[in-house]
Amino acid sequence: MPNDPMAEIKASFFIECDELLESLQDALTEIEEGAHDGETINIVFRAVHSIKGGAGAFGLEALVAFAHRYETVMDEVRSGRLEVSAEAVKLFFQAADLLADEVHAARDSQPEPEGAEACLKALEALLGADRLAEAETDDAPPDFQPMGLSLDLAADFDIGQTPPDAHVLHFKPHADLYASGNEPLYLLRALADLGPLETEVDFSAIPPLDAIDPEAAYLSWTLRLDRTLDEAAIRDVFDFVEDVCDLEFGSRENPLDSFGDVTSLLQFDASTSGNDENAPASFGAPLAAPPPEPTPAPGPPSPPSRAGEANEPDRAGMSPMTPPTPATGTPAADPGATVRVDLERIDRLVNLVGELVINQAMLAQSVTEAGLPPNSPVMTGLEAFMMLTRDIQDSVMMIRAQPVKPLFQRMARIVRESSSAIGKEVKLRTEGEATEVDKTVIERLADPLTHMIRNAVDHGLETTETRVAAGKPREGVITLCAQHRSGRVVIEVTDDGGGINRKKVFAKAVEKGLVPADSHLSDSEIDNLLFLPGFSTADQVSALSGRGVGMDVVKSSIQALGGRIAITSEPGKGTCFSISLPLTLAVLDGMVVNVANETLVVPLSSILETATLTREDIRVLGPETHVIHLRGAFVPLYDLGAELGYRAPKSNYEGGIVLLTAQENGERSALVVDAILEQRQVVIKGLQQSYGHIPGVAAATILGDGQIALILDPADLVDNASGRTGSRDLTLAG
Amino acid sequence: MTEPTNTQTNSNEVELLSFRLGDEEYSVDIMSVREIRGWTRATPLPHAPAYVRGVINLRGTVLPVVDLSVRLGMRPVAGDARNVIVVVQIGTQTAGLLVDAVSDILALPRSALQPPPDLAADTAQRCISALTIVEGRMIRVLDLTAVLPQDDAEAA
Repeated sequence: MPNDPMAEIKASFFIECDELLESLQDALTEIEEGAHDGETINIVFRAVHSIKGGAGAFGLEALVAFAHRYETVMDEVRSGRLEVSAEAVKLFFQAADLLADEVHAARDSQPEPEGAEACLKALEALLGADRLAEAETDDAPPDFQPMGLSLDLAADFDIGQTPPDAHVLHFKPHADLYASGNEPLYLLRALADLGPLETEVDFSAIPPLDAIDPEAAYLSWTLRLDRTLDEAAIRDVFDFVEDVCDLEFGSRENPLDSFGDVTSLLQFDASTSGNDENAPASFGAPLAAPPPEPTPAPGPPSPPSRAGEANEPDRAGMSPMTPPTPATGTPAADPGATVRVDLERIDRLVNLVGELVINQAMLAQSVTEAGLPPNSPVMTGLEAFMMLTRDIQDSVMMIRAQPVKPLFQRMARIVRESSSAIGKEVKLRTEGEATEVDKTVIERLADPLTHMIRNAVDHGLETTETRVAAGKPREGVITLCAQHRSGRVVIEVTDDGGGINRKKVFAKAVEKGLVPADSHLSDSEIDNLLFLPGFSTADQVSALSGRGVGMDVVKSSIQALGGRIAITSEPGKGTCFSISLPLTLAVLDGMVVNVANETLVVPLSSILETATLTREDIRVLGPETHVIHLRGAFVPLYDLGAELGYRAPKSNYEGGIVLLTAQENGERSALVVDAILEQRQVVIKGLQQSYGHIPGVAAATILGDGQIALILDPADLVDNASGRTGSRDLTLAG
Repeated sequence: MTEPTNTQTNSNEVELLSFRLGDEEYSVDIMSVREIRGWTRATPLPHAPAYVRGVINLRGTVLPVVDLSVRLGMRPVAGDARNVIVVVQIGTQTAGLLVDAVSDILALPRSALQPPPDLAADTAQRCISALTIVEGRMIRVLDLTAVLPQDDAEAA
């Protein structure tokens, strides 16, 4: 790659394309919500146009062709000749999706996506045949246009278009002005400081080069200032040069007439308008076609160096000058300064910082072991070091964090496609798009989320007829919501459909032999049957879902991310799938505990409180099961040592220390540990790749002494606990 | 020693790392050995098969350690300073094999390796891909893909 500079540029073009496609989606969403203002439509147009321009430069013809036709239609919208109807917006979305496909096809050298032609035809049908032809002819060929042009033209157009009530000044320095050490540029700057200034220079008096008197003054200016300015203030600027220049104030006549040499000005104009694509030529024109005789130099000569400096404002004078305010008409929204960095480099940094944290922990441990007093310089230095390490770690993690917005946009597309495939009217509402999650999490979330969205469209929402019959709006709504909640990210997919038909689910599960027919399951247990492998309730296998590889796959991929999925449903109101994920896959705040001489880490986010058990707290439930009575509620007790197979269950837990943990569904459980050692941030080291999934264990970490400690997943541990029986085990298998 | 010392490995020759488990001698293809480490205490894994000794920290990565002796149906390796962990790589998977002691590096012609006789297939048998005799000692060559717990069916 590095030896092909073109490939690199191309790669960055495709990255830009992705950004443009994102802004395109945003703008379309705004239009869909009723923002029909010019700026929003402009964003759409500009995005398509920029993609077309870039694609043209790389000779990506298919992409250019598609973008061009899309752009043509958008141009009609922009010019107000095409009404933005709901139908049209749908087509715009479809075209945007296809444009994304075209971009990706061009990037990966894949064949063109199907349906492009049909979509374009439908788009163009909006215009009608004649309008299309018209639009096509209006449209400039897709090539680059010289950008300098517009400035010069604008300068020309401005001549004589002065608002009648502006201050107009004709300023013609004499050679004395230069000789006395004054400089027009400074005067102009001083004027510009007063307010918006338009300057126009007349260099028609400049003779041919061989006739030039280096010390003469040939230039004069026409200046326009906002009329609100105080005339006296303007005069003040010229206070010191009044007697060495011609200064006409307040004249509103055509500035061109006030100078004798109209001929050369006309020539100047003619040359510009005749050859208006060539800006430099127009600049040179008056010099090339001078008046036959040198115009008498007005006043004594001026030093050549000054004349050279005076050239500066000349050039500036070519365009309407409006300092000190920066250029108006900012291009699109300001994206903020960003740097594109190879992900590999960031990962390397993340790993290194991870090592740093481990090393720092080791150092801290050996310092403690050395028995230094707590207020010794080493200890205080180490504390500062610890804080720094933590800051570095947070910052590094922030680099990897990305908003979930692109992911949600992909889901919007899934909704559009799947709803049109089965003929349901569905709207996707998104909330918390700016929520930031680790990039890896986002990437690996795409597949399960796609699955869930499809499920929601296909199974979650009723058909339009059923909805109408039930007195609901025709359009089904799927809400995709992301938010931070106590150190985790919670993503919810909610539909306003019919809810889970529990009878049907149960019957199906019995039919498939997943649960015995005579078992009695609670509502939530029935809901959880959906996550069983091989479960599918769709009566017919539709094109979208219903192949029986649904929710169990979703569940396992969420679990692989260290997340959990929960389901709540209300008949007639809808269903909500809630995914809870760790913010990052790299670090977590944990409580380090000791169980049967093994060191374990329990994620702090899952711990509600810790407690020491008294005899009154503990109640024996079954032969091997205990509950604790905590503020009026019974909470099951799990002996970590026994659950993890480190030792046999104790007979008496009096005086034991418990960690009270909460699960996603609000269920609480108490875990018995032998001792709580400390609370600290640990670096997560995956076990999945090197070993595989261990029930109840989320990952591992390396402690200060170099030993590996396991990081528990309390919810998973409880789910797989030995005390659980029968249907519960089945429900939560996998 | 019938074979002249030859450091060059070619297709007709195989280099083996031999080690001791109890009184028996085993070996693995040296190409799959990444390094040899001294004994460190492994963190036990819950719900793991008996032969999985646990995990250790290998320069920042989590390395599962298999007690090869238990894996082959013998008594567990004591786990003291004399024991070593042979870090091997099979495909993308890296694992540590806990053995009593490393004995030798052997260079043998491929023809010296014989397939094991087809006896009743016990655990140990399935893990052995070849046998050879060096200086009157029988050395078993292990098939690492059968030894490592990557395959759950195998592990059960």
